[in-house]
Amino acid sequence: MSEKYDVIVIGSGPAGYVAAIRAAQLGLKTACIEKWKNDKGAGVNGGTCLNVGCIPSKALLDSSYKYHEAKEDLAVHGISSKGVEIDIPAMLDRKNKIINQLTGGIAGLFKANGVTALYGTGKLLAGKQVELTDNEGAVSVLDAENVILASGSLPIAIPVAAVDNDLILDSTGALEIGEVPKRLGVIGAGVIGLELGSVWNRLGSDVVLLEAMEDFLAIMDKGIAKESKKIFTKQGLDIRLGARVTGTEIKGKEVEVTYATADGSEQKVTFDKLIVCVGRRAFTDGLLAEDSGVQLDERGTVFVNEQCATNVAGVYAIGDLVRGPMLAHKGSEEGVMVAERIAGHKAQMNYDIVPNVIYTHPEVASVGLTEEQVKAAGDAYNVGTFPFAASGRAMAANETSGMVKIIAHADTDRILGCHIVGPSAADLVQQVAIAMEFGSSAEDLGMMVFGHPTLSETVHEAALAVNGNAIHIANRKRR
Amino acid sequence: MAIEIKAPTYPESVQEGSLATWHKQVGDSVNRDELIVDIETDKVVLEVVAPASGTISEILKAEGDTVVSNEVIARIEEGAVATAPAAATAEPEAAEPTASGGLINPAAKKLAEERGIDISLLAGTGKGGRITKEDVVNYTPPAAAPAVSAPAATPTASAVSEAELETGDRVERRVPMTRMRSRIAERLLEVTQTTASLTTFNEVDMTALMDLRKQYKEEFTKMHNGTRLGFMGFFVKAAVEALKRYPSVNATIDGSDIVYHGYQDVGVAVSTDRGLVVPVLRNAENMSIANIENGIYDYAMKARDGKLSIDEMTGGTFTITNGGVYGSLISTPIINPPQSAILGMHKIQERPMAVNGQVVVRPMMYLALSYDHRLIDGKGAVQFLVTIKELLEDPAKILLEI
Repeated sequence: MSEKYDVIVIGSGPAGYVAAIRAAQLGLKTACIEKWKNDKGAGVNGGTCLNVGCIPSKALLDSSYKYHEAKEDLAVHGISSKGVEIDIPAMLDRKNKIINQLTGGIAGLFKANGVTALYGTGKLLAGKQVELTDNEGAVSVLDAENVILASGSLPIAIPVAAVDNDLILDSTGALEIGEVPKRLGVIGAGVIGLELGSVWNRLGSDVVLLEAMEDFLAIMDKGIAKESKKIFTKQGLDIRLGARVTGTEIKGKEVEVTYATADGSEQKVTFDKLIVCVGRRAFTDGLLAEDSGVQLDERGTVFVNEQCATNVAGVYAIGDLVRGPMLAHKGSEEGVMVAERIAGHKAQMNYDIVPNVIYTHPEVASVGLTEEQVKAAGDAYNVGTFPFAASGRAMAANETSGMVKIIAHADTDRILGCHIVGPSAADLVQQVAIAMEFGSSAEDLGMMVFGHPTLSETVHEAALAVNGNAIHIANRKRR
Repeated sequence: MAIEIKAPTYPESVQEGSLATWHKQVGDSVNRDELIVDIETDKVVLEVVAPASGTISEILKAEGDTVVSNEVIARIEEGAVATAPAAATAEPEAAEPTASGGLINPAAKKLAEERGIDISLLAGTGKGGRITKEDVVNYTPPAAAPAVSAPAATPTASAVSEAELETGDRVERRVPMTRMRSRIAERLLEVTQTTASLTTFNEVDMTALMDLRKQYKEEFTKMHNGTRLGFMGFFVKAAVEALKRYPSVNATIDGSDIVYHGYQDVGVAVSTDRGLVVPVLRNAENMSIANIENGIYDYAMKARDGKLSIDEMTGGTFTITNGGVYGSLISTPIINPPQSAILGMHKIQERPMAVNGQVVVRPMMYLALSYDHRLIDGKGAVQFLVTIKELLEDPAKILLEI
């Protein structure tokens, strides 16, 4: 016997649960299947983001930052701090409480919106049927008018550094380290590597990041990447570029890593713990029956069009499972778009204005095109930058690292991109993202009234600087 | 101080015009060079702009009234321009409703005011139809010169008209026509409805001309003070000769009369950023090739700078257009009213041709003559075009008038 739903969502991470809630709000009979289990064996929603991704990492980043600040940054204010210590289990405990609160919250939202929460593994069969294997092993088949695949992603495993969850960890394990490792190695100096490296660096580890690429944060705006590297290096992160790991060897309670450098020479370095975070891959294992009809592209992600429809009518895929940046908010908005489309609305999503954040301190954030991308497109452009060192508010807060950079089209003045490293970069970039959605020019931002003294003013000044009109910094001479 | 606003001096052949549209009313403030009124003649629509900044104090002619050349039609009280009512400086309101139904971003509004652009003419490409600074930057107003109907005119729209439709299911965007576009649409429709237009084709072997040009172009430029030797000089010369032999191609239907012109005023289509304009070479039959080349060059420069006058663009008894610059191989040009025919030149392309029983590769160009069959019969049109072909294939014939 099969039960028929209007929508079945497989996966309840930020993409899946948002899709399910939206679908239910639009009056569709919706079920959401989740296979994640907590350590008590109970099914929990929220996916990677809530359980082992965005949320726990931010919790640890904030805890570790406060510790670091209390130890190192209060003296300048005239505050003496002695005996500041960190209780790692307590820190982890707080993180876990937050996770529980949020995952429970999703279950609550499901109930409130009438989404049927199912726990177990979902598999798409042919004809829009979904096979559910629940946590007790019982198998049933559900019928759906529409299926939304949202099974997310997994950390990429590399054979030269196989994760053993003891000395060699992936990002999930890195959130559970019980005591501060003296020497921490991180393979991959991307977003996750920088964040996790920062956490343990603040708590006292000597952190070495081994990045195979020659360029730091290669996909970000070069100017901002350069500034960021300076800042992180000053914080004590040892970032080694062009370092390709060729092997690891467990030696008792240590792990020795061998890597090749750009000039071909081989280096060895020993760590107490090693985190592997070289990227994530779409998680399609066991998701699709052979005859489901859904196609994967050459990178193993599910192939979809601009509205996240797969090649099978009535089957959609969203989030980390499909093309585009692997960001929770991108998945969520795709979930909303798909739910609305199923309900008959002509929903679209603007992929050009998706903000992107690294939650180090200071934060690194961006939206729109990098200067390199604008140049490659052949467009003439202007750039305005403003350093936090020139901001009164930043000085008062003792947060003067970093800068705001705004890129605008030379002829039309339309804002093409904004890149920030600095305090509250994520929130500042969002302001520019909103302006970009309304087709704002740099001059528009320059004409608006910004509160003083705020960090937001740096955005105002950078926008003015685009056209050589900044007040609080000498404008570059126009070439 | 009151300043008179007068209708412009009409070109020779235009007796009177009628007042088409008032864009301002009594009491409205205007900036210098801002558009006030359209006057329609049967050839062109003349746009009248404010000679100075001030307030419209008197309007003497109503829409539909007959207006003669230089007639006073309104008065302006000169003085500081009052800011437009809704945009009072006290109101920092960034958004102001416009005719397009959308809002306007602050910098866009500022720029539009600075450039004297009527916001209601803009179509917004921002969210919800908002007018962005980009829209204002990209807007090119219709030139002070009249909207001349021209074959295959491509005027700039006030904002992006064709390009940016969002991808998605059956999305549509509605943009009001600019004045220039409306006018052109009207005139082209009129031509197709009031003439019996047909097109006849032929082809010309450009070898002789190309050789001639290659051989003499250095000397020509030296002799004629830097004027470059193109092909247009030859085309016009050939056309003039053919027009002499087939006077009906050079004639005009006027009511129930046929007017045969004893002169050849040849219009030459010139492409500019704003679109196609057709300045006229007066008495082309008396112009040497150097004069023709010079004349066209001067017109092209003026057209590029938007400085062609009405007189330079009206009249004309025949037009030559060249689609070859865009790569057109063959086409059916549309007649430029009130003329009776138009000659289309095209791309010169090497083709294998049969010459004296042999296959040889020759640089060939297709010729098209669109003509008003009410006046010009088929035989005449065909023979006219054959004459042009023969003259171009053997340029000596132009010189010898044979």
